[in-house]
Amino acid sequence: MIPIDLIQSTAETLMDKAAIEIPQDYLDGLQHAAKTEDGDLSSFVLKAMLENYEAAKEDRRAMCGDTGVPRWFVKMGNDARIEGGMVALETALRRATANATNGVPLRPNRVHPLWRTDHDNNVGIGAPEIEYGFEPEGEWVDLITVHKGGLFGTDYRMLFPSDGVQGIKRFYLDSLMAFGKRGLACQPAIIGIGLGGSKDICMTLGKRASTLRIVGSRNSDPRIAEMEDEFKELGNSIGMGAMGFVGKNMVIDCNIEVGYCHTGGMPMSVHAFCLSSRRAVARIHADGRVEHRTDPDWFTPYQRRETVDWEPQREAAE
Amino acid sequence: MSIREVRLSTTPTPEAIADLRLGDVVYLDGLMYTAREGVYMRALEDKANIPMELPSQSAANFHCSPAARINADGSFDMGAVTATASFRFAKWLPEWMAKTGARLIVGKGGMTSKDYKEYFVPNGAVYLSTVGYGTGALLGRGVESVEAVHWNEELGLAQAMWVIKCNKMGPFIVASDLNGDCLFERENAKIAENVARVYEGTKPAVLKRYGESDDRTDEVI
Repeated sequence: MIPIDLIQSTAETLMDKAAIEIPQDYLDGLQHAAKTEDGDLSSFVLKAMLENYEAAKEDRRAMCGDTGVPRWFVKMGNDARIEGGMVALETALRRATANATNGVPLRPNRVHPLWRTDHDNNVGIGAPEIEYGFEPEGEWVDLITVHKGGLFGTDYRMLFPSDGVQGIKRFYLDSLMAFGKRGLACQPAIIGIGLGGSKDICMTLGKRASTLRIVGSRNSDPRIAEMEDEFKELGNSIGMGAMGFVGKNMVIDCNIEVGYCHTGGMPMSVHAFCLSSRRAVARIHADGRVEHRTDPDWFTPYQRRETVDWEPQREAAE
Repeated sequence: MSIREVRLSTTPTPEAIADLRLGDVVYLDGLMYTAREGVYMRALEDKANIPMELPSQSAANFHCSPAARINADGSFDMGAVTATASFRFAKWLPEWMAKTGARLIVGKGGMTSKDYKEYFVPNGAVYLSTVGYGTGALLGRGVESVEAVHWNEELGLAQAMWVIKCNKMGPFIVASDLNGDCLFERENAKIAENVARVYEGTKPAVLKRYGESDDRTDEVI
């Protein structure tokens, strides 16, 4: 049984870490970009961002004044049990979100869409979002918080099989061109592409591809992994860098996730996880151990399973 | 090209503004206030009295909501400070500038050269862009103190009018000048030369959208 107090205290720590500490994989990617960048203005921007990460850690203040929209991904081993059940867990995550908003402090970004009511704590109707995943074994729970920014940089389109890979490329480029200008997408970013699923799941896949996979990871399907490499290079060949200035670093990495879709369609979404890629992860074990990490490791073979039943031995042998 | 660094007052002289060049990096000193849609609507549409002497106290309008809190004893803690995209405020800015004498509009992404020519230049104003975006922690370090928060009860923490004292606060980049030229449009023009090559081989989507045709009597197939 995982104690509910431990869930809330861990969640508060995660809110703090996500807001303040740039994940190592993204930092490595940006440092590499800074080395290769030769546009004078975009070089200056990357250098300033690297200084900003240091300042945030030294001062224990948020990297970015825009907190984005704090949200939670919860993954549980099949044998995990939460003290008080899942309602208690959701309460703990809402409390942690509110407490950290005041504590760090974060910007209270969440408002009612029509009445603009702001509770000044990033909690409200449907906020923070809490999404779930499960794994076949284990008594642990993974808490993942993502504070994704970005009113810009995201788009959805229903493509069709006849659009093909060239159509996918075009919509990808359209998204980068539209939101990269003036740096509205806060690039260079981790670009996530969702392909397939139903409309809503297509968006979910793309968002998770950008936020729940790290820089340098590759899809387990080797042909999709090749597309990821190709799309990263394509995005960086536009000639646009940070803030939309002339440069060669727009995409720190490109992650693609797929889901089976309607036979007539090929829905596609594009998402940009920004220069302050806020994510933090902790695994809480049944014995009370807490392990912090920055890789959500969300897309396991189980999450990408294709078969009716889950048969891990056969999957492993294939 | 080396990048020039400039210290600038938030109540700048006309000469200091005229001296700024596109792409200069600016650090600000003096009082700056945040104002975005909430403040604009309250001041311009609801005709509420602006609770500051403008522009004598500050001629710098920051499109920003800080990550900050008001403590129980009334003191403030300000963490990170990052701008929000300014193009959305074009509707209010001409009237705001006329009313407040703002000379520095500080935000994210700039405005169009049309905006600059129509009401920035006649008011002797320029646009400063935050860097990144955003260097929230660096800008937070440049906040010497929070002087006041106005309209917090009416607008909430994020939309309230925060008055901050800047001490070498930056970096910011000069994104417009008194010719009405736009740094981002200059960069767009350079990138545009490459667009056709990048798109080579791709084809338009089989299902169009309105916007790709502006004639609403058209079909999208």
